[in-house]
Amino acid sequence: MLKIENLHANVGDKEILKGISLTVNAGEVHAIMGPNGSGKSTLAQVIAGHPGYEVTSGSVIYEGADLLALQPEERAQHGIFLAFQYPVEIPGVTNAYFLRSAYNEIRKARGEEEVDPMDFLDLMEQKIKLVEMDEAMLHRSVNAGFSGGEKKRNEILQMAVLAPKLAILDETDSGLDIDALRIVAHGVNQLKRPDNATIVVTHYQRLLNYIVPDFVHVLAAGRIVKSGGKELALELEAKGYDWITEAA
Amino acid sequence: MSASIESLVNKEYAYGFVSDIDADTIPKGLNEDVVRLISAKKNEPAWLLEWRLKAYRRWTTMTEPHWANITYTPVDYQNLRYYSAPKSVKPLQSLDEVDPELLKVYGKLGISLNEQKRMSGVAVDAIFDSVSVGTTMKEELSKHGVIFCSFTEAVHNHPELVQRFLGSVVPYSDNFFAALNSAVFSDGSFCYVPKGVKCPIELSTYFRINAAETGQFERTLIVADEGASVSYLEGCTAPKRDENQLHAAVVEIIALDDANVKYSTVQNWYAGDKEGVGGIYNFVTKRGKAMTNAKISWTQVETGSAITWKYPSVILQGDNSTGEFYSVAVVNNKQQADTGTKMIHIGKNTKSTIISKGISAGQGQNSYRGQVKVLPKAENARNYTQCDSMLVGNKCGAHTFPYIEVGNNTATLEHEASTSKIGEDQIFYCKARGLSAENAISLIVSGFCKEVFKELPMEFALEAQQLLGITLEGSVG
Ligand SMILES: Nc1ncnc2c1ncn2[C@@H]1O[C@H](COP(=O)(O)OP(=O)(O)OP(=O)(O)O)[C@@H](O)[C@H]1O
Ligand SMILES: [Mg+2]
Repeated sequence: MLKIENLHANVGDKEILKGISLTVNAGEVHAIMGPNGSGKSTLAQVIAGHPGYEVTSGSVIYEGADLLALQPEERAQHGIFLAFQYPVEIPGVTNAYFLRSAYNEIRKARGEEEVDPMDFLDLMEQKIKLVEMDEAMLHRSVNAGFSGGEKKRNEILQMAVLAPKLAILDETDSGLDIDALRIVAHGVNQLKRPDNATIVVTHYQRLLNYIVPDFVHVLAAGRIVKSGGKELALELEAKGYDWITEAA
Repeated sequence: MSASIESLVNKEYAYGFVSDIDADTIPKGLNEDVVRLISAKKNEPAWLLEWRLKAYRRWTTMTEPHWANITYTPVDYQNLRYYSAPKSVKPLQSLDEVDPELLKVYGKLGISLNEQKRMSGVAVDAIFDSVSVGTTMKEELSKHGVIFCSFTEAVHNHPELVQRFLGSVVPYSDNFFAALNSAVFSDGSFCYVPKGVKCPIELSTYFRINAAETGQFERTLIVADEGASVSYLEGCTAPKRDENQLHAAVVEIIALDDANVKYSTVQNWYAGDKEGVGGIYNFVTKRGKAMTNAKISWTQVETGSAITWKYPSVILQGDNSTGEFYSVAVVNNKQQADTGTKMIHIGKNTKSTIISKGISAGQGQNSYRGQVKVLPKAENARNYTQCDSMLVGNKCGAHTFPYIEVGNNTATLEHEASTSKIGEDQIFYCKARGLSAENAISLIVSGFCKEVFKELPMEFALEAQQLLGITLEGSVG
C-alpha cells in the first residue's frame, strides 16, 4: 500500500529526515516511536503533503503511484488521513459543516454523489457514538476552545467519518485520560479493515496494549534505527532509547 | 507565509458584460443647465429643482474630501455624463411593457422582473444607469399600504412624503458627494411603510451601471412610519471597463417611533482588473435616523469596486433607539476600501453595535473607519464595537481608525479589535481533509465573517458566501 524509500526531507536548510525506508501493507498496524524531535511528525506531515517540508530525495509510492506528485487534498481524496498532533482551530466553522464539506469534496473527487445535510447528520450521529463525543460538539467551531483531549477525539471522529485507507495517528494518545485512551483505541480498532492500514506515532507502550501493532519502528535523528514486533515497544518502555540510539 | 499564498489569479467577473441598449444621454459636463435639464427630463416640480440648484451651488464651493486612506486618479467632474436612460423607459402600466432587451439584461444577472417568474417573497426595483426600469409586486404591496416605487414616480405620486423626508437625514450640504448627488441624482427607490405595518415581503433594489463615462447617482429614501418594519436589500453590478466609473449614491432611512428597518447590501460593482485598471469608484453616503424605540440595522458585504468610501451610519435621535452595523469588506488585487460607520447617540438609553470584518488579499488595502459619538444628553448610551481584520498573503494591508467621543460619563463603550493572518496551518488542515485551497479559504473566511452573514436574509447569505469565494479565488495557491 505504502512504500517509502530512502526519504530525505528538509525544513529550510535543515535536514530532518535522513533516509527513511518503510513499507506498510494493507491490513497492517505500524507503530513509530522515538525521542522528541527525532522526526516522527515530520514524516507524518511529509506523507500528508505539508508544503513547509521539502523532500530532497527518495520516493513515496502509494497504491502504486507517486504520492509526492499529489497535492495534499488529492492525497486525502485518495484515502490518506493524518490525525494531527496539534489539531488546528477554525473559528466560525462548525464541526458538522467542516466535515460535511470535506466528506462531499472527497466523494466528488471520487465521482460519487454528494450527501445532503440530513443524511450526513445521520452518518455523524452514528460515528460520534464510536468516539463517545457529545453531539453538541458537532455544532461548535472546529477545535476552537476544545480541550486537548477533545481535539484528539475530534480527530478520530473525522477519521471515522472520512473512512481512510491509510490513517496516520500522530500522538493521538498524548493528552488523553485513561478512559479517553480506551475509547479512542476502540474507535480505531472498529475502523480497522483488511484493506486499510494504520501508522500510530506514540511515546507510550500503553496505547499499544489497545491498538496492537504488527511492527514497531524506532525513529532517531531522522532515521529508522530499529524495527521489530510488538515486544520491541515493551523493551523500549523498560530500557528507554539510549541503548538503540547509541548502538546505531 | 510560503510562496503558495502569493500566486494570485483572478476569477473572471461574471457580470462584466455591456448591453447594447439604445440610450438617451446628455452631453458631458456639469453646470446649472445640466441640473435644470435633468430636472426637466423628469418633469419635476419647482421645489425639487430649487433644492437641486441649492445643492449644486453648494457643491461648487466644496472640495473632494481626501482624508480617507485611499489613493486614486482624480475624478474629472466635467468629463462625466450625468444622465443616461434607456430610451424605451416610459411610464409603464405593467411590467409586461418593460423592454424585452432590458428584461434579458436582468435575466443574465439572475433577476427576474417578470411577474410570473419573480423571486418569491421579494419585490424588486431595477435601476438601469440613471432610471428605474420597473418595480415588481407593487400590487401585493399596495394591499398593505406599502409604497415601493422609483424615486421619480414617488416625486409625482407622493410629493408630500418626498418633500417632507428628502434631505432630512442627509442634507444636501452634508458632504461633497452628497451635494453632488443631490444636484444630479436621476432616480432611485422610494419606500414608505405606513403606521403599524410589517412589510410582508423583502424589498430590494438592483442597481446596474451600463453606459460608459456615465456616473450613477441614485437616491434611496426609506420611511418606516410609527411601529412599521421593513427589510430592504440592495445589489449592484457593472460592466468591465478600462476607465473608472463614478457611483455616488445617497441612502436615507427614517425610522419613526417603534419602527424597525433592516438594510442589507451586497455590493459587487466591477472591481477593476488585476493591475487595478478600471473599476467603480464607490463614494456613497448612507445614513439613518432612529426615533424613540426605533431600530436601524445596516448589513453590508462589500466585495466589488476599485474604491469603496462608505460609512452607513445611524443617528440615534430618540430614547431607547438602536443602531447596528454589520460589515464584511473584502479587497483583492489593487482594490481599496475605506469603510465603517458612525453611531451618533443623542437619545437616552441608546444602544449601538458595530461588527466589522475586513479581509485583505493580493495588494488590497482595507481600512475600517468608525466613529462613536455620545452627546451630553445621551444618558446610559451603550456601544459595542468589534473590528477584526484578516490578511491573506503579505502584500495587502489592514488599517483601523476608530474615533470615540464621549460627552456623557454614564456611557459604556466596549471596543475589541484583532488582526489575524489566514494561517497556512489552517489551509493545510483543510487540505489534509480533502478540501481544495479555494474551498479551504472560502470556508475559513466565511467562518471569520459568520457574525455578519447571519444578519443577512437567507438568499443573500448564500450569495454573499459565494461572492466571497469568487473574490478571493486564486488568492492562495
Ligand atoms: N517548521 C519547522 N521549522 C524548524 N524546525 C522544524 C520545523 N518542523 C520540525 N522542525 C524540527 O525538526 C525536528 C523534528 O521535529 P518533529 O516534529 O518531526 O519531531 P517529533 O519526532 O514529532 O517530536 P515529538 O516527539 O516531540 O513530537 C525537530 O528538531 C524540530 O524542531
Ligand atoms: Mg511529533
